[in-house]
Amino acid sequence: MSLLEVDDLSVTYRIAAGDVPAVRGVSLSLDAGEALGLAGESGSGKSSVAMALLRLLPRSARLDGRVLLDGEDVLAMKWGRLRAVRWSAASIVFQGAQHGLNPVQRIGDQIAEPLLVHRLASGAQASARVRELLEQVGLPTWRARSYPHELSGGQRQRVMIAMALACSPRLIIADEPTTALDLMVQAQVLTLIRRLIAEHDISLLMISHDLSVLADVCDRLAVMYAGRLVEAGPSSGEFRHPYSQALAAAFPTVGDPASRLAPRGLAGDPPDPQQLPGGCAFHPRCPVALESCSSTPVDLRPAGERRTAACVLVGEDRARGN
Amino acid sequence: MLEATEVAVEFASRGRRARAVDGVNLSIGAGEIVALVGESGCGKTTLARTLLGLERPTSGQVSYDGTPLSYTGRRLRAFRRQVQLVLQDPMGSLNPRQTVYEAVAEGPRIHGLPDEEEVVASALSRAGLRPPERFFLRYPHELSGGQRQRVVIAGALALSPKLLIADEPVASLDASVRGEILALLLRLRDELGLAALVVTHDLGLAWNIADRVAVMYLGRIVESGSTEEVLTNPQHPYTQALLSVLPESPQRIVLSGEPPDPTRIPTGCRFHPRCQLVAAGKGADACHTTPLPVLPPTTTGSEVACHLAQVPTPR
Repeated sequence: MSLLEVDDLSVTYRIAAGDVPAVRGVSLSLDAGEALGLAGESGSGKSSVAMALLRLLPRSARLDGRVLLDGEDVLAMKWGRLRAVRWSAASIVFQGAQHGLNPVQRIGDQIAEPLLVHRLASGAQASARVRELLEQVGLPTWRARSYPHELSGGQRQRVMIAMALACSPRLIIADEPTTALDLMVQAQVLTLIRRLIAEHDISLLMISHDLSVLADVCDRLAVMYAGRLVEAGPSSGEFRHPYSQALAAAFPTVGDPASRLAPRGLAGDPPDPQQLPGGCAFHPRCPVALESCSSTPVDLRPAGERRTAACVLVGEDRARGN
Repeated sequence: MLEATEVAVEFASRGRRARAVDGVNLSIGAGEIVALVGESGCGKTTLARTLLGLERPTSGQVSYDGTPLSYTGRRLRAFRRQVQLVLQDPMGSLNPRQTVYEAVAEGPRIHGLPDEEEVVASALSRAGLRPPERFFLRYPHELSGGQRQRVVIAGALALSPKLLIADEPVASLDASVRGEILALLLRLRDELGLAALVVTHDLGLAWNIADRVAVMYLGRIVESGSTEEVLTNPQHPYTQALLSVLPESPQRIVLSGEPPDPTRIPTGCRFHPRCQLVAAGKGADACHTTPLPVLPPTTTGSEVACHLAQVPTPR
C-alpha cells in the first residue's frame, strides 16, 4: 500500500473577491521509500498541495478530496490526532531557512522542541538526540548552542532538515529546500537529502520550480500548471506535455549547442487562478495548441511507460502508433 | 568600452577591512554581453556597483570609452545615461504608487530629454510591452512578474544607454518567463547594439546569452574567456567544481565549506583551502605560499589564475 495517497485534492481560497481555485483535483501517490518531485511555477498550486497534506493552510482555505497518510485520512482527523501526526509521521522543510527558525532561540533547543512536545524524549535524551541529528546533517555538535544568525544560509537549511528528522517521520515534505542557496551549497544540501532518505528509508515529496533539482533527487516527477497535474512519470524519461517540455527547456544544459545564445521560454504568463482560460488551461501559451484545446478540457491519459500527461496530442500520437 | 583596471573596493566590517573586490581587470566591449559569475559574497555585486560609479574604488580605476570615471557633477550624470542598471527584483525597484508611464519617464525627466511621451512609448515597445499606450496608466501590482521586469528594462532603455548592467535579471522570475526576458536582452543587443554585463550565479543563463564569462571567487576573477571555452573546457578547479554540480554533470565535485570571509583572505592562492586538487594531494607548495597575479582583461583567448592549470596557449 502507498504511504501517501492523495485523491482528487482541491484547495480553494475564499477571499473577498470570490473563490480562488488554487488546486483543482490533484491525485498522486507515494510509496514507502520513494522520492516524488512536484514541479510548477508560482501560482501553480504546488505549495498549496504541500501545505494541504498536513492541513497547514489558513482558515480561508477549503479542502476537498482525500489525503491518506498510512491509510488514515488527514483531512478528517481530529485536531489532537493531527498534532500527533505532524512531525512524527510526516514533517515539512520550508523554503527560506531565515524565516523558519526562531531568531532568539538556540539551535539545539529548536531541534529538541518537537521531541519534547510529542513526549518522545526526556530532557537528557533530547540533548543526545540533538547531537546525533546535528552529526547526521553534517554540523558540528557545538552548533547546538548557536543562534540562527550565527549560521550561514546552508547551515540553517541543515538545521531545518535536522528538525524535520527529529521525530523519525516516514515522510518528509520539502518545499523549495534549496531555492535561496548558492550553487555549491545547494549541491551540498541535495547530497545530504539524497543520503538521508536512502539511509533512513524515508519517503520524500520535494517541491520546486526547478525541474533539474527535482530530477537530481527524485524517482518520479509530477508537473503542475494552473492547479492541476499536467504530467507525471519517471524522472529518467522524456516529457510529453508541451508545458513540461517548455519548463525543462527553461533550464538549459551547459554545453548543449541547441541552447547556446538561444534562451527558450513561453510567451505570456501563468494564468490568474480566478480567470482560468477555458478548455485546457495551458492552451493560450501552448506552441502546439489545436482549435479544440480552447473548449475541451483534457484529463491525464496514458503517455508511455508509467507516464501520464494531460494533452490531446499525446492521445493523437498513440492513435498513430508512435 | 567600459573597463575596470586593477579595481579594489574595501569596506570596514566589524573593525576589520573587508576586501570585497581585491584587484579586478574587466572590460566590456561595445555590443558585447559578458556574464560575471560567482557565489554570493564573492564581490560580484560590489564590482557591478563600482562599474556603475555607485561605489568608488579604493584603488584602481574605472574608465568609460577610455576616459577615467569622474565622481562629480555633470560628467557623472552623462556617464549614468550611457550605463544603466537593471535590478533583480522588479517589485522592489518599482514604486508601487507610480504608474508605468511615470516610472519610465523618470529618467528622461531627470536628464531633461525632449518628447517625453514618445521616448516612453518607444522604450516600452522595445521592451516588448505593446501597444505601449495600454500600459501607461497601469500600476506595478496590476502586472505580472515578467511584465514588471520589462518595465524596469524600459526605464533603462528610455535613456538610450550603450550598456546595461543587470544584477540577476531573471532570478525572481518564473521559469517559463525567464527565457523571454533573456531573449529580449539578446534582441536589444542585435537591434540597438546594446552591451550588457550580467551578474549572476546561474551558469545556464551565461550559456544562454553571454559572449564571455568571468568567474569570480573571493574578490578576484579566477577565470575568464569565451563562454564556450570557460564553460565547456574549464581550467580553474573552482570553475570545474561549479560546473560539476550542475544536474547533467556526470561526476560531482562538491566543495565543502562556504566561501571564506573577505576580511580573512587566505595566503597563497585564495582558493587553496577549498581546492579539490589541493585536498587530493595534487597541490603544489606555491598554492599555499605564492599569491597569483591579477588576471589581465581578456577580449580574446582565456585566462586562468591557478598554479596548477596549464597556461593556455595563445591563439
